[in-house]
Amino acid sequence: MNDVHALSGAYAVDALDDIERAQFERHLVECAECRGEVDSLRAGAAMLADISPVAPPPALRDRILAEVATVRPLPPQVVEVRPRRRRFPALVAAAAAVVALGAGGTLVATQPWSDEPSVSFSATEAVLRADDVERYVQKFDDGSKATVYRSKELGQAVLVTEGMADPGEGKVYELWLDHDGEMVAAGFMPKGPDNTVLLSGDAAAAEGVGITVEPEGGSDEPNLDTAVVFVFDA
Amino acid sequence: MSDPTSLPTGAPLTGAPVGPDLSELLRASARGDQAAFAQLYDATASRVHGLALRVVRDPAQAEEVTQEAYLEIWRTAARFDPSRGSALSWLLTLTHRKAVDRVRSAEAASRRDTTYHHQNQPVDHDVTAEQANASLEARRVRGALASLTAVQREAVELAYFGGYTHTEVATMLELPVGTAKTRIRDGLIRLRDAMGVGQ
Repeated sequence: MNDVHALSGAYAVDALDDIERAQFERHLVECAECRGEVDSLRAGAAMLADISPVAPPPALRDRILAEVATVRPLPPQVVEVRPRRRRFPALVAAAAAVVALGAGGTLVATQPWSDEPSVSFSATEAVLRADDVERYVQKFDDGSKATVYRSKELGQAVLVTEGMADPGEGKVYELWLDHDGEMVAAGFMPKGPDNTVLLSGDAAAAEGVGITVEPEGGSDEPNLDTAVVFVFDA
Repeated sequence: MSDPTSLPTGAPLTGAPVGPDLSELLRASARGDQAAFAQLYDATASRVHGLALRVVRDPAQAEEVTQEAYLEIWRTAARFDPSRGSALSWLLTLTHRKAVDRVRSAEAASRRDTTYHHQNQPVDHDVTAEQANASLEARRVRGALASLTAVQREAVELAYFGGYTHTEVATMLELPVGTAKTRIRDGLIRLRDAMGVGQ
């Protein structure tokens, strides 16, 4: 473990190879201390750029501004979770697959080799690293574990599961936010025992998170018999 | 977040002579505000480009890295999280990663031989001083760098400006692998503390 922590500095200045980086980012999800350290070391390292400012050629400014005019800024979230129920089952499956991609190896950096913005911080990571993050853990008899992280400031919550049993053939774990006793659908867990999922919806206003087992595609109302509930501190 | 009412007359938020509020410009950029983005560019381009140039060295490639970095800044501005650090730090972290990706892929393609020639060259600490301008910031950073031990500075500079992995740094400095990553981390901690950032 100590060995992993010691990589924080190298990670902060991009001095890990792709495999080490992926490993360390997995570690970051669980280690608040390293997250804080990486942020602070990056802030320090970034000041090194003050040493050697070089004005780029004016033509570059024109090129960049012209290019930017043709590019749409991305929305705040990297991991798209279906905001509402009542869609087509096929799309639900696709959405779940997308989430699985984002969550499987932790966040955006699951594809360290692609050109996608691996350095930017996903909404998921932002929640896990938030200063005001709250943590709610549930352990189950079969040894599995589910942890909900919530940041009121960001208004978002993330569910991290470890060793979760399969919900069963044709079933899915659906996530809910409890608003005044009304369960509002907040997405699905992808297949697989270990996942990290950003819940959709306003987690700051919610009073808790529920996980239920539903038929694939989700339900209009949660099946409360199966519910696991995390109640937020007020 | 500090209580805004405790700020003397609110002046630090608006009247500070540090240029535009980069966080605000980033937020506006995320909403597609090109004028704000142009302002952001003007306020940061020399640092971004200077860093890109420092890492990749080749001016043409550095321009490409700068362009890639700003494009990504534009695309992903919505993901900047002020609770985790300053806007400038976010920009430069992103730029650094782009620059490192560039040298690594270039290296994979053709430069491996020359890369390892550095192995037998003493690391020139004056590189930083030589390129430094007289700005206050640069002097402050040089002061902070001076608080590192020579071996820490060497490791940090090879990693940050050289774009080498800690394993490569270890090889170049003839250190066991564990030692290089520790030096990088210890050096960065000192640097951070000397700058008084990120606490």
